Amino acid sequence: MNETVTVKEKGSISGFVKSFGLPRLIIAAFLIVLLILSPFVGADLPSQITNIIARFSWNGILVLSMVPMVHSGCGLNFGLPLGIISGLLGATLSIEFGFTGGLSFVVAILIATPFALLLGSIYGWLLNRIKGGEMMIATYVGFSSVSFMCMMWLILPYKSPTMVWGLSGKGLRTTISLEGYYNQVLADFLRISIGKLTIPVGTLLFFAILALAIWAFLRTKTGTAMTAVGSNPSFARAAGINVDKIRLLSVIMSTWLGAVGILVYEQGFGFIQLYMAPFYMALPAVSAILIGGASVNKASITNVIIGTILFQGIVTMTPTVMNNLIKMDMSEVIRIIVSQGMILYALTRKTEVSK
Amino acid sequence: MSNENTPLLEMKNISKDFFGNQVLTDINLSLQEGEVIGLVGENGAGKSTLMRILFGADMIRETGGYGGEIRLNGEPVNFSSPFDAIAAGIGMVHQEFSLIPGFTTKENILLNREPKKGNIASVLFGDRLDIVNRPAMDDQAKKAIEMMGVEIDRNMIISDMPVGHKQFTEIARELSKENLKLLILDEPTAVLTEREAEALLESIRGMSRRGIAVIFITHRLQEILAVCNRVVVMRDGFVVHESPAQDTNVPEITRWMVGREVKTVAASDGQTKDKEGETILKVEKLWVDMPGEIVRNVNLEVKEGEIFGIGGLAGQGKLGIPNGIMGLYQAGGRVTFEGKEIPLNSPRKCLDASFAFVSEDRRGVGLLLDESLEWNVAFPAMQIQNRFLKPALGGLIRFRDEKAIQEITQKYIDELAIKCTSSRQKARELSGGNQQKVCLAKAFALSPRLLFVSEPTRGIDVGAKALVLEALKQFNRENHVTIVIVSSELEELRTSCDRIAIVSGGKVAGILPASSSVEEFGTLMLSQVR
Repeated sequence: MNETVTVKEKGSISGFVKSFGLPRLIIAAFLIVLLILSPFVGADLPSQITNIIARFSWNGILVLSMVPMVHSGCGLNFGLPLGIISGLLGATLSIEFGFTGGLSFVVAILIATPFALLLGSIYGWLLNRIKGGEMMIATYVGFSSVSFMCMMWLILPYKSPTMVWGLSGKGLRTTISLEGYYNQVLADFLRISIGKLTIPVGTLLFFAILALAIWAFLRTKTGTAMTAVGSNPSFARAAGINVDKIRLLSVIMSTWLGAVGILVYEQGFGFIQLYMAPFYMALPAVSAILIGGASVNKASITNVIIGTILFQGIVTMTPTVMNNLIKMDMSEVIRIIVSQGMILYALTRKTEVSK
Repeated sequence: MSNENTPLLEMKNISKDFFGNQVLTDINLSLQEGEVIGLVGENGAGKSTLMRILFGADMIRETGGYGGEIRLNGEPVNFSSPFDAIAAGIGMVHQEFSLIPGFTTKENILLNREPKKGNIASVLFGDRLDIVNRPAMDDQAKKAIEMMGVEIDRNMIISDMPVGHKQFTEIARELSKENLKLLILDEPTAVLTEREAEALLESIRGMSRRGIAVIFITHRLQEILAVCNRVVVMRDGFVVHESPAQDTNVPEITRWMVGREVKTVAASDGQTKDKEGETILKVEKLWVDMPGEIVRNVNLEVKEGEIFGIGGLAGQGKLGIPNGIMGLYQAGGRVTFEGKEIPLNSPRKCLDASFAFVSEDRRGVGLLLDESLEWNVAFPAMQIQNRFLKPALGGLIRFRDEKAIQEITQKYIDELAIKCTSSRQKARELSGGNQQKVCLAKAFALSPRLLFVSEPTRGIDVGAKALVLEALKQFNRENHVTIVIVSSELEELRTSCDRIAIVSGGKVAGILPASSSVEEFGTLMLSQVR
């Protein structure tokens, strides 16, 4: 009865489709079609590819921040805004304290860390009390923290002239330029430029280091425990694991990665975006990891990489190609349809995972 | 249609197997109008399966149907769903309540059978738009409740009720069906207080007077004798005994229930190791709050190197003992192992004290269903004893030692003959018996000093059963590990254990050597049933 249930049909096409996942295949095919199509509609291919790589490098860590919580069974981190807020606090305080250039990036991470630990602990404690409903509560945590910070950005006594509103001299601006601070610090490190194609090697390396760290962590004793907690909390408890502690750790890790992730995003993007901006960061990250083949309780680094490339590829290429085709700006509409649609789809197929 | 000689219900040569595992063999049962029969038997004797067949439960058809014939009033019937059975006048009250918590008693009693009034909308758009006739509903509910001869509030919301009243509501629901001819009561008194149980028995007599036949399943044999016309005893899927209630008594029924063909040698391996070892585990005044298996006050002493059995009927608290000691459910009392007190409510402390536990809830607690066998086998040992880890970066961090994990898993796959495609197969894909072997391997890999095994053979086939029990005995012999086996199957305990404690009503009713007679065990099992 037990054998032959999942004998993998390696080599055969259906086996490949099954192991790679049909939706991922369709999206990948769509992306390739877009890439092939783009020169014909007048878009410039090398700069499109540059764009995709750049966006991958900005978003990679934000998507990576989903992994610890998914592993511990806390579901997808819809509370990512909390991590982002920690990062934003780090960024603004670093500038406020007068750090510039590359140093401001390091200091931003250092300042963001205690905030991430604190907010992550509170968030984790909350999630431990509402087991089973994590994702819904996480969404509300995200919402409310963003709203709360909307007030704080105005009230907090920031003084740096680069950040506050020009006329009143208080309250942070919605968008703060990072020119002179850590704009492109990672990207410029070992940057490769071939014609129109540029590769931000430094940012990619930074992502690789963090991804490797998470990969390695998941192979340690604690990492193994984290996966087991996500897979079957009762089993983990019977094996002497403190389930709540492991879950708390995963939430803190996710929050910290979210904080670092937004700083990396900013250094690539060139601006700090405050107020409602963190609100819009969680869904793209969630849909990216889902496109990558993760489910609400299984995710791997491969899922992160493939998902981010596919998602960012689609959201950069589709508007360009479409706009060139129909001469109308559709980018935001398409972006929203793709990202929301993927989440909806992924949540309906709860446990199937593709490697 | 029915004349004096045709029984209301006839079940002829009923047999049923689950994938080759014979659970019912050649059952014959007949029932006259207004007759009350008591159906008794140990857990797993096949009572519930038989009733499910009669009630047309889906799971019977899904697992390949049944053999034999059922006749109602002389007409052969074959219910394809419980709805057909209900339409034919059969009612069943299950052990678990099937009531809507937020509705009142009367709404639950008449759910989907509410008396209705027409109105304009329903004339135009069909009777789905009829209005519920509240006064008539109240009336019918009142009548149904009166039939039972107990007082329950018709307008109370179910979730506010004591359990006993919920049980009565269920029964009232069945009674309110006008065509009811046969009522099946599956352990209805288990949740009732003595007075309520008394009332229920009275209402059963009332039903019988009105011509409703009742099949009454219970572990409380006194109740059977008090209310039934006939007693039917089942064991291992056979009807082993059938007699009028006035001709029998509790000890006799007990003997029929537990006694197999009395074997001369029952003790383990035929060699009664009269172990006079040191007491290794001492349990004093243990209480455990495990739902459905409450332990009230257990005192035990387990000797070093023995296989100690804990038996008893379901729901009497035997499963609560290992679960409580291992910290999986809230517990209190004093547990001493080798003279040291083991703190309760902390699984980690127990595992550190080199206990191991094979849970009865294989799929829920015992396994990581979505992970490989390697993970399942090695995980606790890795977490508790830091095994299967190898240092990297000069000992700075330690990674999983995949090779060692694979080796140990492969070792147990070979030793326990676990059928799988590879050690990387997911636990979910194995059959029940092989999953149980993985659970054992997991516990063995911890190299425990004391091993708790809970229901080791539940839901696995005969071949795997023997293998699992043999593996346990071997582990006990070769590694001198003290083992505590908790099982509902007395025979299994008698063939594997040195001494057996029988738990009844959350307490130890007695501890006997395995070679004691089945009657003695049976008497203990039923001694304090509550």
